[in-house]
Formats: sequence, C-alpha cells, structure tokens
Amino acid sequence: MSEIDLPIAAPTIDKVGLRAVGLAAIALPVLAGPFLASEYWINAIIVPFLILSLAGLGLNLLTGYAGQLSLGAGAFMMVGAYATFSLQLRVPDLPLPLALVVSGLIAAALGLAFGIPSTRIKGFYLIVSTLAAQFFFEWLFLKFPWFYDGNSSATIALPRGLTVFGLNAETPHGRYYLTLGTVLLVTLLSFNLVRSQTGRNWMATRDMDTAAAVIGVPVVRAKLQAFAVSSFILGIAGALWAFAYLGSASVQSFGLSRSYQILFIIIIGGLGTIRGAYLGAAFVSLLPLALDWLFQHLFSGHVDAGLLQNIQKGIFGLLIMWFLIKEPEGLARLLGVKLPARRRLFPSSQT
Amino acid sequence: MSMFLETLIGGLLAGTMYSMVAIGFVLIYKASGVFNYAQGSILLFAALTFVSLTDQGVPAFGAIALTIALLVLMAITIERLLLRPLTNRSPMTLFMATLGLSYLVEAVAQGTMGSQVRALDLGIDDLPIFLGDIMISQFDLVAAGVALTLGIALSLLFNRTRIGIQLRGVADDTRAALSLGIDINRIWQIVWAVAGIVGLVAGLLWGARQGVQFSLSLVVLKALPVLIIGGFTSIAGAILGGLIVGASESLAETYIGPFLGGGITPWFAYALALVFLFIRPAGLFGERQIERV
Repeated sequence: MSEIDLPIAAPTIDKVGLRAVGLAAIALPVLAGPFLASEYWINAIIVPFLILSLAGLGLNLLTGYAGQLSLGAGAFMMVGAYATFSLQLRVPDLPLPLALVVSGLIAAALGLAFGIPSTRIKGFYLIVSTLAAQFFFEWLFLKFPWFYDGNSSATIALPRGLTVFGLNAETPHGRYYLTLGTVLLVTLLSFNLVRSQTGRNWMATRDMDTAAAVIGVPVVRAKLQAFAVSSFILGIAGALWAFAYLGSASVQSFGLSRSYQILFIIIIGGLGTIRGAYLGAAFVSLLPLALDWLFQHLFSGHVDAGLLQNIQKGIFGLLIMWFLIKEPEGLARLLGVKLPARRRLFPSSQT
Repeated sequence: MSMFLETLIGGLLAGTMYSMVAIGFVLIYKASGVFNYAQGSILLFAALTFVSLTDQGVPAFGAIALTIALLVLMAITIERLLLRPLTNRSPMTLFMATLGLSYLVEAVAQGTMGSQVRALDLGIDDLPIFLGDIMISQFDLVAAGVALTLGIALSLLFNRTRIGIQLRGVADDTRAALSLGIDINRIWQIVWAVAGIVGLVAGLLWGARQGVQFSLSLVVLKALPVLIIGGFTSIAGAILGGLIVGASESLAETYIGPFLGGGITPWFAYALALVFLFIRPAGLFGERQIERV
C-alpha cells in the first residue's frame, strides 16, 4: 500500500437505506412532536420557533444569498399578516392556505417595489429603502381603519379562526402541523432555488456585483428576484406569526425590533445557509428561556423584570459581536455540520 | 406667507438638531468606514450619564467632565475589543457589529441608570421670539448656534491640527497612512471619542427637548436620511442634509400631511432620501466609489 493509494470506491454501505433510516430518524420525532411535547411547549416555543425560522429563511435569501442588507423584514411580515386578514375578511370563499399564498404574492409585489432602489444604489444606502418600507407600512396600517376593519383596538384577528379546508386548526396540534407543513414546503423550495441558476446569480451578485455584471449575470433581475422571493416568504411568515402564533396582531407585532430580531437570527445562525435560519431561530427562542431559568435558579426570582430584560439585551448584543468576530459564518459553521458538497436534491441539481 | 416662513424656519432650526446627530456618524465613517449604528445609543448613554450625575448633586461642569472621561474610556474599549479584531472585514459585518454594540450600550445604560423619563434642564428659556409676525423658538435658535459652532470647531480640528491631518490621511487612504507611520488604532480611538462627545452635545439638546429616555437612541433613525442626502463623508453635507430634511419635513407635514391623514414625518424623510438617491447615489457631497474588478 503506497501512501497515495486513495480509496477509489467508497466503503460499501447501502446509501439509500442509510438515508432512509436517517430521514425516518428525523421525521418521526418531528411528526410525533405534538404528542411528546406539552401544550405550553408547542404554543409558546415550537410554533414561534418554526415561524421565526421561516422568516429567517426569507431574509437569508435576500441578505445572506443575494447580499442585500435589509432592515425591513418586519414590514413585509406585516404586509403578509394584514393581507391575509383582508382576504379572509373580504373574500370568505378563499381557503386559508390559498389566502396565505396570495398574501405572500402581495408581499412579494411590494417587496419588489421597495427593492427597485437596489438597482441603483448599493450597500448601506440600501437600508434606507428597507427602513422606508418599515416606517411607511407601520404608518399605513395604523392610519387607515380599512386595514384593520375599524377594530377599536386596531388589532387584526382571523374572522373565522384558523381553518384549513374546513378542518379546525385552532388546537395546538393544528397550529403545529399548519406551520410545520408550510415551513417544510418553503424550505424544500428554497433549497432548490439556491441551487438553481437563480441562486447562483444571487451569490455572484452578493460576492461582487460589478464582477457578476461583467461576466453576464443579470444583476438587476437577480436583485429584484431576491427581493420578491424573500418578501413572499416573509409575508407568509408574518401571516403565520399573527394568526397561528399570536392569534391577534397589531402593527407593534412587526415593529423595527422584529426586523432586527430576524436579522440577528440569520447573523447568529449563519448568513447564506439554509440551516442557519433554523439554528438562529432556535437560539433566539431558547436563549431568553435559558436565561430566565438561570436567573430563577441563581437568585430564586428576586431579579427585577426590567433588569432581566436589560441583561438579556446586553447578552444578545455581546453574542452578536462575539459571533461576528469569532465565527462570521454563525452557528451553522460552529456546529460543524459538514454536508457533502454535491448532493442529489429533488428535483434540481440532477448531476 | 408668514405661516410658510414660520414653518420653514422652524423646520430649518429643527434640522440642525438632526445635523448634530449626523455629524457623529460622518466622523466615524470618514475615519474607519464604519456606519456606526450605535451612535444613537452612545448619545443616550452620554445624556443619561450626565443626568444621573447631576441628579446625584455633581455640578454641571464636573458632570460633563466625568461623562467625557467615560466616553473616552468607552471609545478606547470599543476600538480594542471590537474594531481591532474586525479590521478588514466587510462594511456590512462592521455595521452589524455596531448593531450588536448598540444593544449592549442601551442595556448597560438602562440597566444601571433606569429606564424612566428624566427631565433635563439646561437653563435655556424656551420663550418664543417674534420677528415681525414670525414666531421662532429660542431653544431651537440656541441649538442651531451650538450645531454651527460644533461644525466650525470640527472643521478646524480636521483642517488645522496635526491630528486632523492624520485623520484625513486615514480617511483618504488607510494603507498609505499606515505606511507613513500613522497610528491608525489611536486615530480610531480619537475619532470614536470625538464622536461620543458630539453625541453628548446632541444628546443634551435632544434630551432637554423631549426628556432623557430610551427614544433618544432612536434619533439614529432620524439621522440616516440626513446622511444619505448629505453623503456619508462630509460634515458640510451633514449640516446641509439636516437643514434639507428638517425644512422639508415640517413643510410636508403642514402642506401635504393633511391630505394623507397626517403623521407622515416618520417616513417622509426616508422617501425624500430615496428620491435623492435616485438622482445622486452618493449623496450631495459624498464621494463616488470607483469599483475595480
């Protein structure tokens, strides 16, 4: 055996069988989750975690893959929520899943509109456009009672509750499967999208748009596509956040702090990775719980709630700086999940 | 006509307050290429420290000296622990790092000094002055004077002192400045400290206006359109941008607002900035970036 005698054939393990076992190992607890977890865990932790992952995924396509920094994630979530409310109220014949898709499309159209400045301006200057969206929609949805149907508290809630094709999804399990189904579907689509020509165009634009333009990447189209797709996903995430998690929402549910939260999710999780959105969302939803628990045990509940909030905020800030310094690629890298560079993924990347 | 003039002058004077916040950003951006999101929270921190010290019975000058000392210490710490490890990272990374920094500074400021609204009295009477039949706020006039003085002082610092020349050198070409033996880390510390002091001045004026509270840190969002219009790299641009934003904001609220149901100030400046960007992508005084592939 010489030293350069590399193994030519991979060790003979039945790959298909292995993958099936692996998939089953993940799928079983995910599907059976609601029967293992308590109601509190589903309502207060798992459902928001899934929705935040979805929102993180949406923003990650725009900021992590296409390199367009956005501080307006909350704005497009807001659009999705208010559009779903309007559709359910004014077009009662449209079932909820379709209303979600149409709301996503509305958010996509508006995202496209606010993405137009990106064709002319770059970098920081772009945060003006997304912040403009944030403040404009906050003003719009609060100013005109039509958007919240004149409700005295200016909040929105689904007129007929969560019903999916006649099935009541108002129970914890219903909410769980509704969000899980949406998240899985969108994740599959995103996986394929970033491996397609569109995704490659996005990454080329992110890495250096002048160079990308020189080699013939349609930079303008790529940027606008990224804005539209990202807003589509954010819109759906916003609708789910409002109706599958909160139950009733207002403009404040999607304020600037929500936008930052989504941005932090993808920074901590890992810019430009799909799984980063999940890791970041898990981190963001679990950290406050962990800190709560820690302080409960350390000081047995003698800490002032306001102080606790500030401590949480400070730790958050520290972690963000620490991540950017030590691990710019986020948790996705830190956890060392090494995936094969080229994988078959239905239906694209059929090598 | 007098109503128009009154709105315009009021807007211009309010605009100088925006300028002052914007100048803090310009300083840091010029010297280190960082869009410092934390400027707003540093402003809050400075104003809150000052108020807390005077509440403890420290005389005003002592409080200012102590606050400045704290700001300088903070600048050195930030440079050591945050900027130095992030040297040569992308501007976006640096921006997001300052976003994290702003969380930390806000948390420290509010955690140690409380989050209730604190009154701040600078001893400036806010009696209106009448010029003919135009009413002008005296406080705004003083604030405008302070902003102007600050602008002049900073341009003197930049153009007439040794440190200023080094600063401009770093801003112009970091690598050339380094090879000439300019201590870039010290320059960063100085710039962050000066920006902190500018933040203190702006924070005191804003704080006297609306009370020292958390919302002070949100003036960063007011300053952003100002920066866009004036350009990230020019102090004159920041002042002019502030005037433009202040004047057009108050004119728009008076003349366009009623047609849209009012309350359009939160987003109007942004819409204006977008219009400017379409015409001049690098702002009025900004430097156009040349990209090489």
